[in-house]
Amino acid sequence: MLDPMLPEIFQITRVVKETYDTFTLEMRPSAQRHTFPFEAGQFNMLYVYGVGEIPISISGDPGHTERLTHTTRTVGTVTKAMQALRAGDTLGVRGPFGTAWPVDTARTHDVVLVAGGIGLAPLRPALYQILNRRDEYGKIVLLYGTRSPEDILFRKELEQWRARFDLEIHVTVDYAGDVWHGNVGVVTRLIPKAPFDPAHTVAMICGPEVMMRFAAAELLKRGLSADCIYVSMERNMKCAVGFCGHCQFGPVFVCRDGPVFPFARVQPWINRWEI
Amino acid sequence: MDEHAFVLERQHFRHLLAALQERGYQTIGPTVREGAIVYDVIESDTDLPVGWGDIQDEGSYQLMQRAEAALFGYTLSPQSWKRFLHPPDVRLWQAHRTDGTFSITPAADEIPRCAFIGVRACELHAIAILDRVFLDGAFVDPIYQRRRAHTFIVAVNCGQASGTCFCASMQTGPAVDSGFDLALTEVIDAERHYFVVNVGTEGGAEVLNALPHREASAEEIAAAAQIVAATAEQMGRSLETANLKATLYNRSEDPLWDEVAERCLTCGNCTLVCPTCFCTTVTDVTDLSGAVAERRRQWDSCFTMEFSYIHGGSVRYTPKARYRQWMTHKLASWIDQFGVSGCVGCGRCITWCPVGIDITDMARRLQTADQPLGEAR
Ligand SMILES: Cc1cc2nc3c(=O)[nH]c(=O)nc-3n(C[C@H](O)[C@H](O)[C@H](O)COP(=O)(O)OP(=O)(O)OC[C@H]3O[C@@H](n4cnc5c(N)ncnc54)[C@H](O)[C@@H]3O)c2cc1C
Ligand code: SF4
Ligand code: SF4
Ligand code: FES
Repeated sequence: MLDPMLPEIFQITRVVKETYDTFTLEMRPSAQRHTFPFEAGQFNMLYVYGVGEIPISISGDPGHTERLTHTTRTVGTVTKAMQALRAGDTLGVRGPFGTAWPVDTARTHDVVLVAGGIGLAPLRPALYQILNRRDEYGKIVLLYGTRSPEDILFRKELEQWRARFDLEIHVTVDYAGDVWHGNVGVVTRLIPKAPFDPAHTVAMICGPEVMMRFAAAELLKRGLSADCIYVSMERNMKCAVGFCGHCQFGPVFVCRDGPVFPFARVQPWINRWEI
Repeated sequence: MDEHAFVLERQHFRHLLAALQERGYQTIGPTVREGAIVYDVIESDTDLPVGWGDIQDEGSYQLMQRAEAALFGYTLSPQSWKRFLHPPDVRLWQAHRTDGTFSITPAADEIPRCAFIGVRACELHAIAILDRVFLDGAFVDPIYQRRRAHTFIVAVNCGQASGTCFCASMQTGPAVDSGFDLALTEVIDAERHYFVVNVGTEGGAEVLNALPHREASAEEIAAAAQIVAATAEQMGRSLETANLKATLYNRSEDPLWDEVAERCLTCGNCTLVCPTCFCTTVTDVTDLSGAVAERRRQWDSCFTMEFSYIHGGSVRYTPKARYRQWMTHKLASWIDQFGVSGCVGCGRCITWCPVGIDITDMARRLQTADQPLGEAR
């Protein structure tokens, strides 16, 4: 990458409406590069013409480099403008940036993925990779918490994964409607009973910061070491390359040293106020 | 100081500016403007702050007329060289919309070759720190890189420290040690006014050779060394750096942060004047027709609410968290991030804080606080 601040133009090939406020964009890489290799957990800076640029994790399969996939929840100015885009429209893309989920280190171990809300999207590439090489891992558990049954992402895929016998999935919602017969309550409550061997487990957590804090605490309680727990941190980002200073979290730049960190690295800071 | 040095007489100083201009450099140096010394384009030695000095203390800055007609008799300008290497507002690129898509063109701004005249030791260290931020990481900032590559540096040793200086504590001055093309020490005695010149690069030697100069005598070299040594004894402030990082990290919950927050206006002056504060934000704009968009990069400050905004609110919503972030970054986390302190002891943040908050005083109070170490909650 010659100028790390210069976006490349990618064309949207498909838009999938995941929920009322969340959508997935599939893009064809720019003419210059044809493929877009990345590692699970990395993110891109996506630019909507004239509106702005935001960090969004890659949610697709790292094995499929011919397309780039992002899943975004609409919350404000840029995400709203992005939601209005259709197949054929173009986006500016800079990336991929940041550190990856420890998919390789986790081999031979049990793997626990803990996702909160949109946090399932950045974890999905790791799950794809693990399932592609399923026999290299021990037990795989996905714990996923979301606001309500209407907010559940990737429904069809979750159904397919549930149908497999080599993957355990537990979904919980904060507010159940009348038709929901599953778990109700915060996702961290699923951790004490989840089936994994704490001495041989790697955990990957993605979601709101408070949720990650409590999830890590529960995992530590079950005997995982802080080096085997990974979290994906979120901070304001303007550059993604260590120049703008916005993403600082104590001694680290989330864009440069993260977003995926071993919990041990962020543990001294995550419980202090307003870091 | 290098034993091998030269002498440039005061009356020949204008030839230095002319030689640089002939080589295509825009000469930028100190000049008096609106009651302060600023760095701007200078044409000749008459533009320099001849005979001016400055008096600086917490929250105060004043120019004063000196007894001698020194060219560099002041200590430090409120501005730093950062504005020339890392401009306050630059265009990153332009986008043009055509047929439902758009294309992006990098900004192709003309970058003048600049010669900085009168760079102080602390400022050289500040530039070296910016080099680490923008050139030495995994990514290189082409904007900074192009400006930096074109810069010729004429450093000037400090003949006088101000009331807010503490470069001696930070080991960044007052003696200029590296990072210059030419380094001058201004010597004024009863009979003479001259500069002792040290050469830092081949480019520096080439320029010096174009000027009337001669080998410096041992006495002249000693006179120059004596001036810098005297300056080191005049530091208005000091900072104990041993264990400072640990102190700041351990005391992140100290009640002192509440106290400073009662005074701090979160105006961001300190970040603006600091020669190493590099943070920026970007703005995306379009023209009225929507056919052309551009992204600009502007200096930003960690004292604003927006700086740490993520959907739902700002991470550092209280002034105390923002002051703590700034000071902890300067003196502690910077070391983890870039291998050096982010503070060069120039004292600008002390001078230009409207309420006179003093980073050295804050550090001392944290260091001597007697309550047990703050534990992370
Ligand atoms: C590494 C990383 C990965 C992310 N991955 C995803 C993802 O896969 N899917 C997803 O939906 N969201 C993701 N986010 C969050 C996403 O970046 C924000 O939701 C988005 O920036 C909001 O922009 P907005 O203009 O719509 O919101 P507004 O509230 O209007 O925000 C205004 C501006 O503030 C900044 N900002 C606001 N919220 C955030 C935030 N949470 N993080 C960083 N900057 C913010 C942006 O510059 C934004 O343009 C990720 C954030 C980070 C840091
Ligand atoms: S923190 Fe203050 S004293 Fe240190 S370099 Fe910045 S402005 Fe100068
Ligand atoms: S410390 Fe002083 S200069 Fe810095 S933001 Fe606070 S009031 Fe402004
Ligand atoms: S996003 Fe700019 S430094 Fe990390």
